[in-house]
Amino acid sequence: MKSAVVLLPGLNRDRDMIAALTKISGTPPVTVWQTDTEIPDVDLITIPGGFSFGDYLRCGAIAARMPVMRAVAEQAAKGVMVIGVCNGFQILVEAGLLPGALMRNTSLKFVCRQVKLQIANANTMFTRRYQPGQIIRSPVAHHDGNYFADAETLRRLEGEGQVVFRYAEGTNPNGSINDIAGIINGQGNVLGLMPHPENLIEAAHGGSDGRALFESALGVAA
Amino acid sequence: MIKARITVTLKNGVLDPQGKAIEHALSGMGFDGVGQVRQGKVFDVELSESDKAKAEADLKAMCDKLLANTVIENYAVEIA
Repeated sequence: MKSAVVLLPGLNRDRDMIAALTKISGTPPVTVWQTDTEIPDVDLITIPGGFSFGDYLRCGAIAARMPVMRAVAEQAAKGVMVIGVCNGFQILVEAGLLPGALMRNTSLKFVCRQVKLQIANANTMFTRRYQPGQIIRSPVAHHDGNYFADAETLRRLEGEGQVVFRYAEGTNPNGSINDIAGIINGQGNVLGLMPHPENLIEAAHGGSDGRALFESALGVAA
Repeated sequence: MIKARITVTLKNGVLDPQGKAIEHALSGMGFDGVGQVRQGKVFDVELSESDKAKAEADLKAMCDKLLANTVIENYAVEIA
């Protein structure tokens, strides 16, 4: 399985993502820059976390209009897997590849801690190595992770199993509606999530709860 | 040249934690009778276009495509 990492000015979790993909798939990902109009032939494209363009205007808003995102949309339409983590999730919703919006945390505080996530749908290409309803740990670090969608969109997300990760056991760090931490698109090949699974993949991280997400997507054995 | 002001506000029903915090701060400062506060954004845009109708259409397209997130925000375009 080949993977790619999208690079944009202001992202700061790109090296974590590159390390995770390299360690789990055994092959370093290719990197693509914001001005690239084509993405090499890969199975998985990831958009890491950070503060692209300084969070100016709205988190992810400027990044979502960069040429590379048109290429990401083209690949996604062909069925290539896309994972956006944290700022990457914000970029995917701003680009219209995922529904809804990510707003300021209700606490108004930047949250940087570990939360518990429930696997709300284990029947996706990103979660098939987890058990349905399984509770995993994951770090979060964001100021704008408060997921919002209108009532109709929310009904569709819940009805179609597009809510993939939910904050569990009262650990919702941002006030997101229905405790939503991560969602997939209707085709099931684009995932966005606020938590950072790439930061919990080996013993040195204090656990490997995030590893199965990448193993699921990359099709590698546990 | 045309000068325009674009106002972007949160839609009704969308929670505004920042507006809420401002509301509490104003009350705490002793401003009595402060009701709901909603925070928004203002953009002053200068256009070389001289046709008002064309300018307005362009400004609306800018709002739809970048300046506002129409999932959560409304916008108003005002040409000076």
